[in-house]
Parts: sequence; structure tokens; C-alpha cells
Amino acid sequence: MRTVIEFRVEYLQRLDPDGNAVGELPAFARDPDEVLRMYRAMTLARAFDAKAVNLQRTGQLGTYASCLGHEATHIGIGAAMRAEDVFAPVYREVGTQLWRGVTMREILLYWGGDERGNDFSGPRADFPWCVPIATQTLHAAGAAMAFKIRREPRCAVATIGDGGTSEGAFYEALNVAGARALPVVFAVVNNGWAISVPVAAQTAARTLAQKAIAAGIPGLQVDGNDVFAVREAMSAALERARGGGGPTLVEALTYRLSDHTTADDASRYRSAREVDDARALEPLLRTRRFLEKAGRWNADRERELLAECARTIDAAVADHLAAPRPSTDAMFDHLFANLPERIREQRIAARRHAGTDGH
Amino acid sequence: MIDPVLPGADSARTPPPAPVRLSYRDAVREALRAALRADPRVFLMGEDVGRYGGSYAVSKGLLEEFGPERIRDTPLSESAFVGAGIGAALGGLRPIVEIMTVNFSLLALDQIMNNAASYCHMSGGQLAVGLVIRLATGAGRQLAAQHSHSLEGWYAHIPGLRIVVPATIDDARFMLAAALACPDPVLLFEHAALYNAEGDLTPGLAAVDIDHAAVRRPGHDATVITYGGSLPKCLAAAASLAAGGIEVEVLDLRTLRPLDDAAIVASVRRTRRAVIVDEGWRSGSLAAEVTTRIVEQAFYDLEAPVERVCTAEVPIPYAKHLEDAALPSPERIVDAVRRVVGGDGSG
Repeated sequence: MRTVIEFRVEYLQRLDPDGNAVGELPAFARDPDEVLRMYRAMTLARAFDAKAVNLQRTGQLGTYASCLGHEATHIGIGAAMRAEDVFAPVYREVGTQLWRGVTMREILLYWGGDERGNDFSGPRADFPWCVPIATQTLHAAGAAMAFKIRREPRCAVATIGDGGTSEGAFYEALNVAGARALPVVFAVVNNGWAISVPVAAQTAARTLAQKAIAAGIPGLQVDGNDVFAVREAMSAALERARGGGGPTLVEALTYRLSDHTTADDASRYRSAREVDDARALEPLLRTRRFLEKAGRWNADRERELLAECARTIDAAVADHLAAPRPSTDAMFDHLFANLPERIREQRIAARRHAGTDGH
Repeated sequence: MIDPVLPGADSARTPPPAPVRLSYRDAVREALRAALRADPRVFLMGEDVGRYGGSYAVSKGLLEEFGPERIRDTPLSESAFVGAGIGAALGGLRPIVEIMTVNFSLLALDQIMNNAASYCHMSGGQLAVGLVIRLATGAGRQLAAQHSHSLEGWYAHIPGLRIVVPATIDDARFMLAAALACPDPVLLFEHAALYNAEGDLTPGLAAVDIDHAAVRRPGHDATVITYGGSLPKCLAAAASLAAGGIEVEVLDLRTLRPLDDAAIVASVRRTRRAVIVDEGWRSGSLAAEVTTRIVEQAFYDLEAPVERVCTAEVPIPYAKHLEDAALPSPERIVDAVRRVVGGDGSG
């Protein structure tokens, strides 16, 4: 027997849990203003997320998937992308969306049951939240195919959870992207849990990054609670893709500090001890420590930032709650370019059911 | 929630044991427990069926009772665990595959349609796929367009599959055993809006068939034909119509493939009017199939055109007020019955 080929999976960390730099920091991490910008965005995402959960608990929002603990991964991905790139999220990437210009009002609209929330005023080419699992990875490959055919220097980024990497669609996306050297980056957000199933029960693979190997594309792990590492790895992957080098899989190791969604109760299947241990590694803490050590942050600034976040969020929530709810006509909107006659009749019937104004 | 149990089902039996009151969810769980106890070949497999307790908490407690060999959490791979269910059935076991909701069954459609449904035929009878797939189905819980499908009618289109739809506590408790006893692949649809419904188990009942429709409320002015999650709505509509002097017969189809034509035709011949209530989309729906069979077999008995109450042909809305407006409701059923009974309800 002889060895035909060998593989290895590397792991990148730039910021340890105590806020110390690991190895040589990339340029953006040596610019304190840029680090502040990312920290503020992470804090805003967390505050918004907490508000959204509260709105759901008080009956003012539908089922919602919290992003608590994912902020470094989300902001690292967002910060690595260019505005003209296309983002294909799952249903949890609030941080990336806010970074890319999706408004809080739009996010609340969508989770409140109004599809107009997915009609982003900011990143017009970004894809909507994807509730079916793993299908977005193929869409991202397709968008990348379009960029390549049109010779546009743009990339697609798809996120996917650890559970999603068990779906056939994920493997098919990796394969087609590799086979055609498409400018797409697959960011696997490994938060440890697919609803109640831990990663160890999901797959015998030691890493999810190694799933790239079979597709013939590079794969690596990064500390997903380290915004520097996520951004650095994503930036490198995106530049490689933009230069014609093909796709990359970046596995970000983080932890779902929240329930799966507001419809779940994670205490049924995982221990409080495990969650506490994970909380010590969460991403805001270490970024704040880094900034404090650099003399750029203190308790007063933190208070000011939280107050500013609260003001921004409260204004968006008030705006959202004041929005008139859609009439029954809305459920027939955008179904066909020209609504067939029989469905027009159903639109009239729905108005009758709801009252003359359709409400 | 309307009590979906047949009124008067326990009449005239002596001496009646004390009725057992339980929820639809508990009835399905009891059915699973009984099946696991009765046959060591039976096991349950699906996403989050273990410690999480399964879709809508149906399998809660079963992992503790039967262990991880028989209550098997799967990776997030619907095609894989449905395909493995087919293989396990052919390998001599009696798997019950839980697909968390019918919406996710689309990822396993090739396994269900091109494999489970056709294996026995294409192997000259050698490979009977004794597989039961349980699926939560339906809308009404604000889960939006991609998580609210009612695809029972779709699956009923496929030869080789048996489609059963328990709508009552009795059927929730006993249809599973009948499905497991059936050598064909059986898809058993549990409407998500029924899980919290409570009712009495008919005392003394030990088994039900999966061959016949059942009259859930007798009447003579019109037949309301339905199944699954729409049954409580139809019973509510029937009660409301009775207050106005219109007595409708409510027929629960129970099995969508094969359809119990005899029961449908017998009831329509008696009442001479039919309203079909189906949460599926109207075009190409199960309601369309039932309508056709009535027209084919009882056309000259009809006094009025058949009416259908179906879901608006739109992706199911997320917002509560829109979802309500899209779905069949007792009010819409009452309106349809009034139309078939006389003009637009005046007679």
C-alpha cells in the first residue's frame, strides 16, 4: 500500500477568550476603529435579538430563531463580504443581515408574519431567510455560477448549520461548486446542536470542515466566537473565489446559547452546565476585553453603547408595531405575474371572510 | 378545540367500562407504546424523536421506556432515514418512521414514491415494504408557507401507498396497529391542530380498520365529506346548522387511498347533496377526486352541484388573520352547505 494523498484540517484563532491576540493579527484587527465598528455591530445584534425574543414572548412576533452566541460568526462573515456579493442565509443570521443593511423593521416584519420584510431595502440581491434546510447552499452555488458566466467579480456566501450538513443538498452544493470552481463560500455555523441532536450524533466526522475534502475544495475550522478569525478566514476565502480559485468551506465553531427557536425548550435535552461552560467563551466578552486592553473601551462607553442600541431598537420596534397589518389581498400578491381568474375569485372570497376591508 | 369523538359511539353496550379521556397526542403515544410492546421488530426512527420527545411531543417518554435502539434519533437527512426505513422493512423489521412534518417529506419523495410505493410490484411481489411513515400535517399554527402544507391528497395520488388520516381519538389510538399489520407502505397523517384535542376513548374498543369511512354525525339534508384536521370544523358547522334546522351528515373519509367509494356514494344518495371540505389546495385536490367519484357514481341522485371548501390557493400565510382567512372554517362550511341546500341559504 502507498499513500495516494493526505489531507489535514487547520484551525484558526486570533482572539482567545481572555481577549489576547493569538499570532499575528490581520490588518483590520490592528485598526482599533475597525474593531470598534465590529464590536458595536455585535452588541447591536445581541440587543436586537433579545428584544425580538421578548416581542415573541409577549405575543408581538411569531416564532423566532435567536442568534445569541453567534455574533462573532455573523459579523465576521458580514465584514468580510463586499456589498455587491450575495448572501444566502439560514434563518438565524440576524447579525450578518444587519451588517449588510437589512433593517430591523424588515426583520421584525418578516418574523411578525409579513412577507414584505423579505423585500430588503438594503442588499437588494441578497436571498431571503431560508427555512427549508440546506437548500440555500445550492442557490448560492447557482448565484455564483451566474457571476462566473457574466464575468462579474462577485461572490456568493451561504451559511448553513451543523445539522444541515447532513442533508443531501449540502453535499450536492459542495460538489457542483467544486466541479465548476464557482465563486462561493460555504460558512458552516457549527453551534453544536441541531434542535436536540448534538453534532456527535449527527455525524462520525471529526470536523465538518473535512466534508470539503470529498468535494475537492479547501475546508478549514475557525473559532466562531472570534470575530477576527472568522473575518480573516472568510476574507481569504472570498478573495480566492473572486480570483477564480473556486469555493471554500469555512466551519465556524460556536455555540447556540439560546433555544433552537422560541418554540423550543433546550433544557429538555442539554445540561445547564454545558451552557454555562459555553457562555464563558462567548464572543462579545473577549472582544470587549481586547478593546479594554487596548485602552479603547470602559464601563461608561459600554453603558452609552447599550443605551444607544436600545434607542435604535425601540424606534424600530415602534415603527414596526405601528405598521398596518396586511389585508387578505396580500396573500395573493406576487403569486403569479397575472392572477388566474379562479384565484381572483378566491381573493374576493377571502375579502368577504375577513370583512369588506380585507382585515 | 372541538371534541372530535363520534357522539354516541359508546351507546347501548353493557356494562360500559369507565371511559378513558385523553388527548390526541396521548392517543398516538399510546399507539406507539402498544406497538413497541407488542412486536420486538417495531422501532421508531426520525428527527428529534428521542430526548426532545418527537414532533409535537408525541414520543415524549418513549426513549426512557424503550431505549435508544428502538427510539432512534437520526441525522438531519430525510431521504436517508426514509430510505433506511425501507431497507429495514425489507430486512425483516417493522419500522415506524416519523417525518417531523409532511413539509420535510418532500426531501424523501424519491424514496417514498419511486421506491417504497413501487418496490413490491417491481420485484414481482418479492419485496413488500412493510413501512409506516407518520407525518404531522396541516396549517393553523402560524408556521408559514414552508411548514404548513397539507399534502395528503398529493400522496393519495400515488398507487402502491395507503394513506390514512386519523381524525378522532379512537383512530389516533388504533390506526397505527392496523397500519403496521398492513403489508403495504402506509403514510399516516396526524393533523398538527388535533394534537391538543381531547376526547373519550370508546370503551371496549381494541382495534379499528383502515378500510372504511365513518359517519361521525348522521343527517339527511346534505353530506359533508372530510378528513383529518377539518373534521372538528365540519362538526362545529353541523352543530351550528342544526340550530337552524339543517341536519347534515358528516362523513370522515379516514383512508384517502383507497377511498371508500361505497360509503361516499351511499351517503350522497341519501342526502342528495354534497360539500367536500379539504385543507388541500382546490385545484387537483383530493376534494376534486371525491367530487369526480360522486359525479361518476351518483350524478342522477344529486339535487345541487357539489360544493368544495378548500384552502385558498396561496402559500399558507404566516400572519394569524391571513392564515385564518386562507383555511376552511366552520363559517365557510356553513355557507357552502346553505348553498347546496337551497339557493343561497334562504331555503
